[in-house]
Amino acid sequence: MTHQEPPPLLDVRNLEKVYHLNDGLLQRVMREPPRVLRAVDYVSFSVQPGETLGLIGESGCGKSTLARTVLRLHEPTSGSIVFDGKDITRIPLAEMTALRRRMQIIFQDPYASLNPRKSVEQIVGLPLALHGVAKRGELRDRVVAMLENVGLKSGHLGRYPHQFSGGQRQRIGIARALILNPSFVVCDEPVSALDVSVQAQIIALLGTLKRELGLTYLFISHDIGVIGHVSDRVAVMYLGDIVEIGPTRALLNAPSHPYTKALLSAVPQIDAGSRRERVKLTGDLPSPLAPPSGCKFHTRCPFAMDVCRREAPVLRKNGRDALAACHLLEIEHAA
Amino acid sequence: MTAVPNDAAIVRERIESPTGQSLRRFLADRFSAAAMGIVLLFVLLAVFAPFIAPHDPYETDLFRRLQPPAWMEGGEWSFVLGCDGLGRDILSRIIYGARVSITIGLAVVMIATVIGIVLGLAAGYLRGWVDIVISRIVDILLGFPYLIFAIALMAMMGPGLKNIILALVLKEWVVPARVVRGEVLAAREMEYVEAARAVGAPRRYIMFREILPNILSPVIVVSTIRMAHVIILEASLSFLGIGVQPPTASWGSMVADGRAFVLDAWWVSTFPGLAILALVLSINVASQGLRDAFDPKFSD
Repeated sequence: MTHQEPPPLLDVRNLEKVYHLNDGLLQRVMREPPRVLRAVDYVSFSVQPGETLGLIGESGCGKSTLARTVLRLHEPTSGSIVFDGKDITRIPLAEMTALRRRMQIIFQDPYASLNPRKSVEQIVGLPLALHGVAKRGELRDRVVAMLENVGLKSGHLGRYPHQFSGGQRQRIGIARALILNPSFVVCDEPVSALDVSVQAQIIALLGTLKRELGLTYLFISHDIGVIGHVSDRVAVMYLGDIVEIGPTRALLNAPSHPYTKALLSAVPQIDAGSRRERVKLTGDLPSPLAPPSGCKFHTRCPFAMDVCRREAPVLRKNGRDALAACHLLEIEHAA
Repeated sequence: MTAVPNDAAIVRERIESPTGQSLRRFLADRFSAAAMGIVLLFVLLAVFAPFIAPHDPYETDLFRRLQPPAWMEGGEWSFVLGCDGLGRDILSRIIYGARVSITIGLAVVMIATVIGIVLGLAAGYLRGWVDIVISRIVDILLGFPYLIFAIALMAMMGPGLKNIILALVLKEWVVPARVVRGEVLAAREMEYVEAARAVGAPRRYIMFREILPNILSPVIVVSTIRMAHVIILEASLSFLGIGVQPPTASWGSMVADGRAFVLDAWWVSTFPGLAILALVLSINVASQGLRDAFDPKFSD
C-alpha cells in the first residue's frame, strides 16, 4: 500500500455543533437546566479533490446542519474544518466571505431559495457583483454564459422565479452557486423537491458540470438510489454521528452497520431472487434532545447488546474498505 | 413591410414583477381605486390651494360673519359653504386646511415608517441585545395613550407644525417597527437569505436588499392605515388648541371655532368635520384595497 493519497480538499475533524434551547430570560431566572441539542456530534470526514461524498440519513439526523456548519453558515461549536490546507474554523467573517468564492451550496427547495422579488439576472449576477469579479459590462455576458451552461436561455434574464418550473428554478440555483467557479459545492438535497423525471435531468446536469468544471461535491440526500448513482464514497449519519463511511459500492453491497443495513432493506427490490437479509427498524427516531446512552442506535437495533447501552462505539475498519461504528464489528474482529 | 411580430410586447407582458401584479390588482378593484382617487383629489387641493381656493382664507369680513351656505336664506354662491365667526370663507379655509392635514399625515407616516423599517430590520435580523433594547422601548411607548403622549410633548415643546410632526413621529414609529420586526423574523428563516449569505452578501445587503423588498407590502398597507390615524390625531390636537396655531386653517381648529355657535350656525364646524370624515374614510377604504391587492395569499 504505497499509494499516496493527495491532500484532501476538505478535512473535518471532530466537528461539533450545539444549539442551546430555551436559554431565554425566564428560563435563566427560573434556573431551568439549559436544553442542549447536539446536531453534529464530533464528526470527522474528509473529501478528496474531484470526489463526490454522499451523505445519507433520515430527516433530522443533522445532514444539513453538518453541511452548513462546514460552510460556516452556522458557526461550529468545536472541532476543526480545514479547506484546501487552510483552517477556516475560526477565521474572521471578512476572510470567510472571500473564501465563499470557492465554497458554494445548492439548496433543497428551489421555491424558497430564490428571492421572489429578484429577476434571474439579479439572482445569478449577485455573486459576481458582490465579489467584484466582473465589470459592469461583462456581468450580463457572464450571467448569460452561465445560464446556457445550466440549460437556460438568455431570454430568461429578466424573468422572476415564479415564472419558472421547479426544475428550471433549481437550474437557476445551480447557476448562482457555480458562477464564481467554486471548487467545492455542497448539494443539499438538490433533487428531493423535484419530480422524478426532472430529478434525473438535474442529476445528469450536476454530473456534467462536475466533469467540465472539475468540481468536488458533498452530496446530501435521503434517497439511496440518488446517492448510489452520484457518489464515489458514502457517509451514513444517524442522530448527529457518522455511523458508517466508505466507498459507495462496498458500502451499498456489503453494509456492516445495522443502521445502514436497515436503510438498504427499506429500498424495494425488483429482483425477487436475490433477497438480502432484511433488517427492520422498530420504534421512532429518538429525540435528539435526549439521545440514547452508549450507541445512539441501540434503542432500535435488532442486535443490541449490553455493551451498546453503556459505551459509544468508535469508527473502525470493517475489513471491507469501509469504516463503521458498531460493537458487533469489534466482536467480529476479536474473534 | 409586413407587420413585425410583436414578440417584444408579449415578452414584456409576461415579465412582470410581483409588485407590478399587485398594483394591477389594486386598480382592478373599482371601489378602492375610487377611494384612492378621492385621497389624490385632497392631495391636489392641498398642493394647488392658492389656485383653487375662491377667496383668501385669512381675509376677515365682519359683514359676512356666520353667513350661511349658498342654498340657505342669506347665502351667496361666491361663498358656497358660508363663512365662519370672523367672516372668512369656509370652503377656502377647508382647501387650505387640507395642506395641514396632508402635510402632517404624510410627513409623520413617512418619517415614522423609515425609522420603523431601520429599527425593525435591526431588531428582527440582528437579534441579541439590539432586539432586546428596541423591543423594550417599543413596549414602553405602547404603554402610553397616544393623545396624552402627544399632549405632554406639545406642552413641553410648544405648538407649531414641526413640533406636531416631531411629537407624533416619536410615538408613531413604534407601529411600523413592530410590523417590520415580525415580518423579518419570518423572512430571515427563508432559504434565499441563507443563499445570499452563502455567496458572501454582507448583513446590510441582506437586510435592505433581500429581506426588505419582500416585507414591504404589509408595511405599506399598515402605513396607509396609520396615515388616517395621524390625520385624526392632528385634528384632535388642533381642536384642543395645542396643534397648529391660528390663523392657520386646520380642520381640527375650524371644528373647534364653530363649537360656540353650533346650534345657530352649524355649517362652521360641520363642513370641516365632513372634510376630516371624507379624507379618513377614503384612506381607510383605499388601504383595505391595498391590503387585498398585496396580500401574499393572492400573490404567486
